[in-house]
This record gives sequence, C-alpha cells and structure tokens, in this order.
Amino acid sequence: MKFTLSWLKEHLDTQAGVAEVSETLTRIGLEVDGIDDPSARLAAFTIAHVLSAERHPQADKLQVLRVDTGAGEPVQVVCGAPNARAGMKGVFGAPGTFVPGSGITLKVAAIRGVESSGMMCSMRELELSDEHDGIIALPDDAPVGARYIDWAGLADPVFDVAITPNRQDCMGVRGIARDLAAAGLGRLKPLAEAYRVAAFETPRTGPGPAIHTDDPAGCPAFHACTVSGVSNGPSHPWLQAKLRAIGQKPISALVDITNFVMFDLGRPLHVYDMARLEGGLVARKGRAGEAVQALNGKTYTVDETMTVIADNAHVHDIGGIMGGMASGCSATTTDVLIECAYFDPESIARTGQKLMLTSDARSRFERGVDPAFLDDGLAVATHLVRELCGGTASEITRAGTAPEAAKTVTYRPSRVLGLAGIDVAEDEQADILTRLGFTVARGDTWRVTVPSWRRDVGVAGASERWDGEADLVEEVVRIHGLDRVIAAPLPRAEGVARPTATPAQKQERRLRRALAARGADEAISWSFLPPREAAAFGGAAWTLANPISTDMAAMRPSLLPGLLSAAKRNADRGQGSVRLFELGQRYLGDGEHSTAALVLAGEARARGWQTGSAAMFDAYDAKAEALAALAALGAPVDRLSVAAPADGWWHPGRAGRLVLGKVALADFGLVHPATLAAFDLKGPVAAVELYLDALPPARRKARAAYAPPALQALSRDFAFVVDDTVAADTLVRAVAQADKALITGVRLFDRFAGAAIGVGKVSLAIEVTLQPTTATLTDAEIEAVSARIIAAAAKVGGTLRG
Amino acid sequence: MTTDSLQADILAQITAAATPEALEAVRVAVMGKSGSVTALLKTLGGMAPEQRQVEGPRLNGLREAVAAALAARKTALETAALDARLAAERQDMTLPVAPALVGSVHPVSQVMDELAEIFADLGFAVATGPEIEDDWHNFSALNSPESHPARAMHDTFYMEQSPPGTRMLLRTHTSPVQIRTMMTQAPPIRIIAPGRVYRSDSDATHTPMFHQIEGLVIDKGTTLAQLRWTLETFIKAFFEVDDVTLRFRPSYFPFTEPSVEVDVGYSSKTGKPAGAGEADKWLEVLGSGMVHPRVIAACGLDPEIYQGFAFGTGVDRLAMLKYGMTDLRAFFDADLRWLKHHGFSAFDVPTLSGGVGA
Repeated sequence: MKFTLSWLKEHLDTQAGVAEVSETLTRIGLEVDGIDDPSARLAAFTIAHVLSAERHPQADKLQVLRVDTGAGEPVQVVCGAPNARAGMKGVFGAPGTFVPGSGITLKVAAIRGVESSGMMCSMRELELSDEHDGIIALPDDAPVGARYIDWAGLADPVFDVAITPNRQDCMGVRGIARDLAAAGLGRLKPLAEAYRVAAFETPRTGPGPAIHTDDPAGCPAFHACTVSGVSNGPSHPWLQAKLRAIGQKPISALVDITNFVMFDLGRPLHVYDMARLEGGLVARKGRAGEAVQALNGKTYTVDETMTVIADNAHVHDIGGIMGGMASGCSATTTDVLIECAYFDPESIARTGQKLMLTSDARSRFERGVDPAFLDDGLAVATHLVRELCGGTASEITRAGTAPEAAKTVTYRPSRVLGLAGIDVAEDEQADILTRLGFTVARGDTWRVTVPSWRRDVGVAGASERWDGEADLVEEVVRIHGLDRVIAAPLPRAEGVARPTATPAQKQERRLRRALAARGADEAISWSFLPPREAAAFGGAAWTLANPISTDMAAMRPSLLPGLLSAAKRNADRGQGSVRLFELGQRYLGDGEHSTAALVLAGEARARGWQTGSAAMFDAYDAKAEALAALAALGAPVDRLSVAAPADGWWHPGRAGRLVLGKVALADFGLVHPATLAAFDLKGPVAAVELYLDALPPARRKARAAYAPPALQALSRDFAFVVDDTVAADTLVRAVAQADKALITGVRLFDRFAGAAIGVGKVSLAIEVTLQPTTATLTDAEIEAVSARIIAAAAKVGGTLRG
Repeated sequence: MTTDSLQADILAQITAAATPEALEAVRVAVMGKSGSVTALLKTLGGMAPEQRQVEGPRLNGLREAVAAALAARKTALETAALDARLAAERQDMTLPVAPALVGSVHPVSQVMDELAEIFADLGFAVATGPEIEDDWHNFSALNSPESHPARAMHDTFYMEQSPPGTRMLLRTHTSPVQIRTMMTQAPPIRIIAPGRVYRSDSDATHTPMFHQIEGLVIDKGTTLAQLRWTLETFIKAFFEVDDVTLRFRPSYFPFTEPSVEVDVGYSSKTGKPAGAGEADKWLEVLGSGMVHPRVIAACGLDPEIYQGFAFGTGVDRLAMLKYGMTDLRAFFDADLRWLKHHGFSAFDVPTLSGGVGA
C-alpha cells in the first residue's frame, strides 16, 4: 500500500514529519517497507527556458538549443526530442547531474561535433512516467531557475506500507490515518473536511438504473447510480499526480476516480459506459460457456460458482475482481453507471484463485470491505465524477442488503495484563478503543461494539464468551505500545535441566556424528525429485500437484537418488572421492520413514607412495560403513545376518541386506550399473541405506559386574576348503557354535581360490580364539576342541585343508 | 712380565679388537680356561698365605680390570653396530602419510543441536510431526479457514494423492506440530519443533524447502512478557552475547492473537546481536504471539483455563546469521567444498558446559 505524506495529511491533521509518521506506522503494526523521497533524486533538476532551437549541422533529427537555466549565461544543449522548440519551458539537468531514468551522470560532451552542456529531460528520464515521446513541456508561467520538484509538487515522500491480510481497513489512506490518529499522531478529519466539501449533497434527477442481484450469497448488496452528460478526458493534473506518485498509471477521469476512491478510502468501485450496455445490470452466478474479456486484455471463462455482473446480453464484470473491456469507459463515454457493491469475501477469494487473477479490487473485497460504507462510497464517487467530468446524477438504486456489520465483544480489561503481561489503565484502554472507532460500554465486564470496517476483530454471531476478547487486547496493546511489554522470566523447574531428547532423536544424533567421524560429509538434499529418478527407485507414492518445476514433482521414495545426483555434481566439479550422507524422511504409501543413506563414489583410497595405485570403493566399503552405523545406533550387530538385496537398484551379486530376525535394517553394496546410468554416473558407486524406524528401540542396558579372565587366551588357525557357493558366514557361524563355552572369537583372515585346491572350491582360513575359564587347557583338551571345530565345519561342507 | 705390564698388554689388545669376534678371541685368550689371566689366578692356590695376601688382591685386581674392559668394549662395539644399522635404516620423514578421513556435520543439523541444547535448559522438549500434512492441521486448526487470504501467503505445495474429505499438502510451517502436541499432551507444554517446511518460492533468499523451528508454551497464566524473556534468553544463548535488545512489533498470524513480529537489534560492527547501546539496525528474525483461543479450543483445551505463546523462525537463517553463510541455495546443493568449509566436526557436540557455538 503506497501513499504520499501530503495525501495522508488530507485525512490526518498533524504536524508530524516523515520520520515520526514512519516510526509510528511500524510501531502500530503497519510496517513501513520503504520510503521513497523523489526530492532527493530529482533535487538537481530545474525549470529552464528554451531561447532558440536550430537544426544540428550534422544530424537531421537533432537540434541545438540555447537554454536559459536562470543561472548565468544561457547554455548550449543538443536535443533529440521532436517537440523541442524555441520559447518552450522544460526541465533541465546540468552537467554532473545523475539522471535516474537512464542511469547516467550528465557531463559536457560533443554530440556529432557540437558541444552540449546538459540535457532537457523527458518524464521517463525522471522516472515520473513512461512518457518518452518528447521532453517535458511546462506552462509558460513556470518560473525559470526554480527546482522542478518544488514547482510540480513532487517533493512529497512516498510511503510503502506492508498491510497484513487482516487489515483491509488500512488498504485505503483514510484507514491508515485513523490508526495514526488513534496512536496520538493527530486528528482524523471528518470525511467531508478531507474532501473539502460541506457535505456530499449531489442534486439527483431521474430514476436510478435498473439493477438487481440474483446472487445474494455472492453479491448481497449492489448500489448504483448513473451520471449522464459527462466528458471523460484525461483527469485533472492533481488526480493524475496523486496516482502517479503511488505508481499508478492515469487512464481517464472516470477510471482514475474509481482508482482514487479505492486507494483513498479502500472502497473499490466500477464504472460502465451506459452506451455499451443492453438493458439493466444484474449480479448473478456465471453460466457454463460464458466468457469475458477483462480490462487486462485477457479473456476469462467464468463458471457457475463465480459471481458476475451482466446485462441482458453479456457478462461485463468478474464481480469484485475486474471489469470487462466491452463496457469500459473511454473518451467517447457520455453516460456512466457507477457500481458500488458488496461481494462476499470467500466467494471473491475462490473465484480469484480459480481464475488465477489478482487485482487491487480483489485484494480488498476478499479481505472484506466495510459493509456500512456503500452509500458513502457512492456519494464520494458521484461527487468526484460531477466535479471532474460534469453531468447530471440520477437517483440511487439499492439492490439487496449488505451484511450486518456490528459485532459486540464481551471484554475484561484485566486481560491486557493477563495475556500481554503489561498493565494499561482502564481509562486509557477505553480511550484507545474509542479512537479506533469502537463503542465502549464499561462495567464489570465491558460491552465493546466493533466498527463496521474492522472485520478482523470479533466474530460475527460469536458463540463463545471469549470470542474477540484477545482481538481487543491486541488493539489496546498495539496502540499503547507492544514494545513496552517488559520481559518476565518463564518459571524454571527446580534442579538441573532434565533430558528432553527422545530415544529416536538420540539415535539420530549419534548416527550423524558417527558417520561424520568416519569421514563422510552430511548433505541436505531436496525432498522432491524428478519423477524419472524416483522411478529408478521404485516410483513415488506421493507427487506434487503444483510443483515448482517438473524436476521437483516426486516425493523421494529413497534418500539415494538425491545423494547420487549430488555425487554426480561433485564429480563434475572434479572431486575424486565423494562420501556423502543424509538423514531424513522417505515418503512411502504407508507414511514417512526416518532414514539415513550414504553414497561412496570415486576413490576409496587415492594412489600413494606406500599403497600403490588408487582403489575404487567396493561393496565391502559399504558393508563396513553399514555395520559401523548400526553399531553406533546400538543395533546388535553380531546378531545380524546378510541376505540378498531385495531391490532392483542394487548390484545383484555385490550388495546385501542386513537383517535382524526378519526385519531389514539396512541395504548396502554397489549400485546397479543401469541405475547409475540413469544418473549419468560412472561406477562403481557403493551405497548404504539405513531404515532407522525399523531399528529395535535403543535400551540403556545395565552392565553386569566384570573381571577380566585370569587365564591367557590362545588361538588356533584352521583352513577349510568349501564349495565357492558356500557363504563364508555359514562356515564362521558353524565353527563358532562348535564349543560355545570355550570359543570366544572366530575371525576369517584369508580366502584363497586356485588350481591347487580345485575348480569351484575356495579355501577359507580362520583364527579361533579359545578362552579357558577354570584351568589352563591341556593338549588333549585343545585336540578335542579342534576335532569339534573340524566336525562342525564338515557339516557345512568344509574339509580341513591338508 | 710384571702384572702391570701384562694388564697393559691385555687392555691394549681389548682396545684393538675391532669386531665382536676379535674381542671374543681376546677374551678366550685371557679369561678362557687356558687363558693367561686364568692361569695366573690358578697359581694363587699354591702360594704361601703371606704371599697370597699380597698376590691375591693384585691378581684379582687384574681380573676385574680385564673383565671391566671387556664389558666396556663389548658395549661400545654393540652400540657402534646398532648405530650403523640405524643409520642404514634412515627413512625420509618428510614423506606424506595417508590423510585422516575428516567428515562434517551440516550447519543446519549443528544449529538444530544447539537449539535443542539451549531449549532443553529452559525445559523445552523436541517434538516432531509429518511433513506431508493434511490441510486441517496445517491451516484449519490454525485458524486459517479455506479461502482465507492467509492461505495465499503461504504458496502451498499440494499433493495429488489425498484421502476423501481432506487435502494433503507439504506443511508450510512447523506450526502443525503445535496442534499435534496440544491434542496429545496435557498442559503444561513446553516444546520446540524443528524440521523441514516447504513453500513454492525460489530465489537467492527463498528455497522451496527450508527449515523452521517452532516453540510452544501452554500453561495457566503464560504471557507475552514471558515470551519476551524466553526469546531474549534464547537469542543471547544462541549468539553467545551478553546483551540483546528486541523490538516487538504488532503483526498478523491467523493462529496468534496478539501477534508479534520480533526484530533483533544487531551491531554491524560485531556482526552479532547486541544490546540497546551497541545495536545499529534491526533484523526481522521471529514471528510469534499468544496462541489464538480458537486454536487452543480446536485442540480440545479450554481457552478460559489455558493460554500460551508460540514462536517460529528459520533455522537456515539463524545458521546464516551466526556462521556467515550468504546463499541459502548452497545449503541444499551438497557441494563438498562448501560442506567442508561450513560444516562442523563430529566432535563439536554443543553442550551447556562446553558452549553451544563451534
């Protein structure tokens, strides 16, 4: 919402300057986004008189002007404007002046061989309008040498204020003035005084226009009158200047009047050229197939949910949002119909969203304009039309009834202290509410009547005793000074702060730091993916209806695609080794699943003088990380078994699934080359995905008392030949079971395949640790254990290697 | 030959022995079974007591001197041999070793841990909720009925999949966690709810996904004054400054009444929040307010008994302010160079005793 300081002062009688107004606006919740003071930007431009204009000797389209700037001798200016002529007055910029519209600083320069000392400016060069067909031509009485902004009344700071969606009443200058007056910044002038009239008394002759509403829900009230015999040229300069100052383009007197009333009073209006209408106007629902070309030039198809204004033949207005081109007012308009209607906010919002059409009128109607201001709004508009365009006004036709606006709130002034923690005297509270337009009936509890323009305060048909009370507390504190609330400590529980993290949160924190400690970098990638990347991981169960781009449309079914894309980007940036992990949600059909993933791409180990050539990541690197991660999470790692990968994006022979009982806790291994190809990644790439919500809940286990064994442990090595289809884990587990009391460790330390042991065979060497508990083992006892180990290995097909 | 000259002769031989083998040969020749000193010592047995009293100490002295010389020479030779071997074993200690693997924790995670630590001390637990929400939790229960202009403020992402009667969306704020908490927990309530949120917006300061943290206190008699204290305490602890000045401005959020926009006084000189004397500009950092009675009622609590405050802020933005990142988009690009520069060591666990800043 933009307005100038002088505009504000037409409603607000105040001596306050820019700084005080700005500070007060922000203090009461009308946040100042910016203040633009054109006088700073345009201060250097002065009014000058063109004494003579000669053809440029070297260029047909240029003229050489002698210009009296009012300061010393006339200067020579080369000018390309077609309207530059001797005797005219215009706006001059001297060398050294920065021209805002063109972004250059003027200097003395030769233009086609003729020296030019300054510039005569166009409106666009001064950023006053888009006009650039010629230089600014000023009336003959403009004083040479004076500052242009002073003469043109442009030395007027423009405020840009952010209006929160609840404050429709401040989407007009008068509403802002009312708030400032309530905050003690001055006196709100009565409406007539602001418009410099004694009263809005328009002589009216003839019956009002034929209008009615067939849609009392969408358009409960439709008021209108006509003014005939108007002349609709460009509006008066004061009106044009006002609209321009706030960035609006003047169009014609009638249209400018409706815009002015909207920005001044927050009251949108519409004007129709009577000559373009067939019969009377009706507010009704749209009909299938109906379309209207709106004033923005685009054609909109309306439907049965939308309120429109139509004559006997056509739709002329998307009710409360935008008028139609066909019945718009033009220079030839002589008879005009002025519409002042009340549209239902929810209906306007739905229609606007459906049509994806925004307008200044919509943003006001959908927030709820003052339902008690229809007569006044129409009176002001009619007054302005007659004053600026002439003509004869008709009687007013009032179709329908605007909704009842008055709401009453039961209010306890003690709630200011109770909710806001600040004490405001009851007299001051009553005074604040009264200045804001509320009617206060004091008593044990107060009865406060809400003014018609404050849709945001109170609830129509309030059902709860407390409805609206907090709203009034806000009004009082807002004007009294929210920043005057003094901090008061929150009560503190006795003793040292108690732990608050849940077991799942603790697990995540441990996992994050364990992975980082092992050398991986934590990434955060988008929760949404290109659908084809989601498809490579089983497809998305959730997709966005309105993604920001099609590449961000599918909710990730896995954390791996985001990390693979990240690995690819890093590889493209020349990173030879990538270890990236992420913690986050997977979005599956049955809900969200807390997950962690790790991608290992490129070199596991760089080439080195000790280790020789580089080694790429392999499936065992992924397994090591998976086990370390699960150990950090407190999973019983020694009870896990390794199953084949279940999903197609894993390498079928070089990946595995870590299973506890029947529950999959993690997948690890190499990513399938076809999947890598979908990400344009060169392999091999190893990865891990950990399913955090599948983990057994971490328990804090009480540790039993422990004394290290007094007897020395000893170890024995065995090598068994097995078929190479036998999983090594099968052999290790079998050996471990051979004597549960004595065997405390089994470690596979060598694997050998070769001609010496036969095709299809493999030799697995294991080291078994024996821990005696009561007495040192005798040779016979060691022999017996060895025999049991060999027998256990035999059961899974292992023969002792000779 | 006199004993003295014999001793001199033997010591000379020991000194001359250049290798362990030569020294051993001298030892055998002198101290062996038929060595020269051994032979002399054997003569003591045949001497008269008076003579033995004179010769005994002399010959024993000879033996001890020789033994000591042999031992010393042996040590010297061994030391020389070891020195020679070690000299031959020299390695270039300037050669590089395998670099330690150093990973990192994302700044957003680090800041969330810091926030959890600070708020734990104030008695706030960490609550979570789903990111794919229904419109009731995200809007309606938060006093934003359908077609409310406030909904348009949020640029919501909607899901194509919705069960009948509801509309699923990506939560636009962490506030639905307030609702879920109030509906499942009895007051008094003190929680923070950090997490991912989504809005259809994209430029240098906005990304379609970002992180928020929500705070909620519901109790009897909780006030805006306590909100102010809580936020002051939090800002001071988070930015590790001794003083801070806040500015409370009236604002509008559908789910709070009164609603408060909170600006933090900031010193351009220190690049940190500062007290009233030092601050030279305001940063818009937090949205907050007293929870709207209709929200409390929507969660099944009686607004005549319970009241409280809520606040929310951007975690990414807090990280940027505290740790100096400038481009929000880089947070989600997973560029290893950026992660290693801005990320945190796994061992920088924020604690109250060790400090919440790394």
